Formats: sequence, structure tokens, C-alpha cells
Amino acid sequence: MTDFKFEDCLTRLEQIVSALEAGNLPLEESLKVFEEGISLARHCARYLDDAERRIEILVKDEGGHTTTRPFVFETEDEA
Amino acid sequence: MEEKFPAVWVEGEISNFKVYSSGHAYFTLKDENAQLRCVLFRTRARRVRFEPRDGLHVLAFGSLEIYAQRGDYSLVVELLEPKGVGALQLAFEQLKERLGAEGLFNPARKRPLPRFPRKIGIVTSPSGAAIRDMLRVIGRRFGEIHIVLAPARVQGEGAAGEIAQGIRELNALGGVDAIIVGRGGGSLEDLWAFNDEMLARTIAASKIPVISAVGHEVDFTIADFVADVRAATPSNAAELVVKEKRAVVEALADLDGRLRRVMARTLATHRDRLERAAGRRVLTDPARPLHELARRLDEARARLRQAALAALGRRGHRLELATRDLRGLNPVARTLHGRRALIDLHGRLERALYRGVDRARHRLGADAGRLDSLSPLAVLGRGYSLTRTADGRIVRTWRDVGAGDAVSVLLHEGSLDCRVDATQERDDRLQV
Repeated sequence: MTDFKFEDCLTRLEQIVSALEAGNLPLEESLKVFEEGISLARHCARYLDDAERRIEILVKDEGGHTTTRPFVFETEDEA
Repeated sequence: MEEKFPAVWVEGEISNFKVYSSGHAYFTLKDENAQLRCVLFRTRARRVRFEPRDGLHVLAFGSLEIYAQRGDYSLVVELLEPKGVGALQLAFEQLKERLGAEGLFNPARKRPLPRFPRKIGIVTSPSGAAIRDMLRVIGRRFGEIHIVLAPARVQGEGAAGEIAQGIRELNALGGVDAIIVGRGGGSLEDLWAFNDEMLARTIAASKIPVISAVGHEVDFTIADFVADVRAATPSNAAELVVKEKRAVVEALADLDGRLRRVMARTLATHRDRLERAAGRRVLTDPARPLHELARRLDEARARLRQAALAALGRRGHRLELATRDLRGLNPVARTLHGRRALIDLHGRLERALYRGVDRARHRLGADAGRLDSLSPLAVLGRGYSLTRTADGRIVRTWRDVGAGDAVSVLLHEGSLDCRVDATQERDDRLQV
């Protein structure tokens, strides 16, 4: 996992769009934040595409340390 | 001597309740008419789910013991139940009141849920209905999410401790954005673990936002009050925590679209402004300002030159005038000039004089000739005569004289003195 935070990215993207829509930015600044916004949108989209289903359960190993292992719910597909 | 009596139920109000360091509690049950000393040994006290205190109306079950030495007796309490309300209910109210007074339920303490958690911790039984419901809801809404289950028994002895342990472990794991703590529906007894004070304090201490999802909509536990968000059911908790992926994708697509549109608009606006600005000459012909400057420079130079020449010219002219004036003012020059003028004038006078005499002489000759031709004497020479009255007036008409008047007639040679016989208007000249 990287430091990427979907939430932070999306919040920043929203700020950028709002700032641009307010129309108060000089052109240079507009272009700068636009590039940032495009990059953020790409990141977010990639995150959504790449996100994978993972279900784990906490277990204690022999040394008493907490680790995780995949969790399968036996009767998950019951009606 | 000690005698055992059969177990009895005694109803009364607690007073003088006191817990000793041994863990045994002593109190008095009383009503309007009587009072009874009671002892609650530590092993029994642990089973009492509410907090016995003065003023509570209770039912106590136990046996009477007589202390022969002192001659008194007391009730050894086996069970203690609040009267009217259930013990659990009372305990719930008491804990709620106490934690509420501590500020653990304060809305200001509650943290917002992350809008897009990527990793969710769930504390519940791995075999219960709650985890099944939650996984199903999450899978439907946004399957591609990371879930970590902290297994815990959710009812019975030790359940509260396991749940609290799960919350602590998920906090320690790292990267967990939200924790759901819950279980499916059940009796008040079944849900009791979630009314545990230690669990309530663990929830309050969690660094990660906690969503409580205990039982059904109508069930409220202490965990619900202390959690950051209370969900009605485990399924509801999953819905609150996990947004629908479709909505997220749409929100992102909307932001992306708005971003591109507003930028296109911004660029168009700036392009318009640029074109308007570019339409001005300055930009259509960049060299133009230079040409303009060069032209103005040339003009200025020419004007300067003219001005200089004019200034010089004026000065030259004035110099000339001044020189001339100066020359005219020279006394020597002025004397010479005057003498020359005098000679000149003299000559002119002389010439004028001669010219006037000549002209006079010439005119005199001509006038003499003319005078000669006009002389009456010359006319008389051709036979004409001149008649005059006695007083010398020339007679031109018959009206000038009358009969008997004396007239004198001047002839070419000599004159005649005559007398007028008669005057006649008519004469015998030939009519022409």
C-alpha cells in the first residue's frame, strides 16, 4: 500500500474544481492546478480500477503476535 | 449456638451501603416498620449487575444467620434484584448516567466517518449473522475493499473483553479507516456485552472512528451512545461506511468532467482576450512602434534643424540690419551721404527748372498761335464786324438794343458810330 489516500485525493480534486469554477485564478495558476487535478483524477480512477476485494481475519501466531490471514465465510452465498 | 433458617425473600430499601476492602458489602434493608442488616460477600457481589446504593428499592434473597455471641442476626444475600425494574435495565441506566456525566457521549467527541475508507475493521463473531450481512452489503456496494475481521465472541462471559481487544488490535494494525463493532439481534442479555463499561471506554479511546451496530433498530446499548456513529443494524453500518462504488465512480467522473470543462472555458476566455489584444496594431506589427519612433525622431531632427537655421537666419538678418543701421549712423558716412544728396537735389532742381522754362516757352508759342486764331481782330479781317452798345456791351441779339440807341461798330479797320433805326426779330439769312 502506498501513501495514496483516495479520500485526500478526491477532496483536493474537489477543491481544485471549485477554485477553477470560481474563476479567480490567474491563467498560470489555473494551468498548474488543472494539471494537478487531471493527475489526481487519474490516480483516483486507477485506484478504483485496481482496488481488489480482500477479506482477512486477525489471528495470533505461535509467538502471540497478531497477524492476518484470508477469511472465508463458509455460508456467504446463502440466500 | 448457631441456627440456620430457611432461605427467604426480603423486600426493602437499601441504606448504609458500604463496600469494605475485602470486597464484601454490608448494608441495611428497611421499610417503615423494621430493618434488617445484610451482608453481600464478594463472590456474590460480582454477580450483581447493577450498582447497589442507598435508596434503591430491592428484593434480596438469602438466609438468616444468627450470631449468638452478640445476640443479633443478619441476612446473607445470595441474589439482589432491583424492585420494579430489571437489574440489567437498572445497570444500563446507571452506567449511561455515569458515562454521560463524564462526557463520553458528547457529540463534540464524535469523529466523522471517512467518506472513502479503503480498509475497514470489523469486530464481531466470525460465524454470526452480522458478519454475513455486512460482507454481503459491502460486496454489493463496493466489493473491492479491504476488510479485516477481528474475531470476538459477542455474548456471554468475557465477550466485552474480546470485543475491546479487537478494537485495540485493529487500532494497532494500522491503515484501518473505520471500525464496525456489532452483532445481530438478541435478547437484552445477549446484547449485554455492549453495555460493558470497559468496552465503552475502549471505544471512546479508539483513534479510529467506531460505528456501533448492535442488534436491531430498537436496541440501544452503551456502545451505541459512545460510538462515533450508531447504525441501526450491521447491514446499515456497512451501508454507512461503504459508499456505492457506482456513486464514487460517478462523482469522480463528474469532477473530471467539470475540471476539463472549466479549463476549456478558462482557456477560451483567455484566448478571446488574447485575440482582442492581438487585434491591436502593437501586436499585428511588432516593429510598428519602432517605425513610429524612428519617424518621430526624424521629424524632430528636421524641425530642430529648421529651427536652428531659422534662428541663425534671423540673427544674420538682424546682424545685417544692425550693420546697415550702424553704417547709417556713421557721422562720416552721414556727411558724405548728405553732401551727395545735396548735389543730387541741386541737379534735380536745375534740371526741373530748365525743363519748366522750356515747357513754358513751348506752351507760350502754341498758346500765341491759338490766341491769334481766336482774336476778334482776325475775324474782323474776314469781313465780320463787332457791334457794341454805348456802354461797351456786345450786341448779340435784336433785344440788346432799341430804336434810337447809339451803337458803335468795330470794323477790320476803323469803326462806325451809328444809330439804330429799327429792330427786327427776323433777318434775311438763309435758313439752313
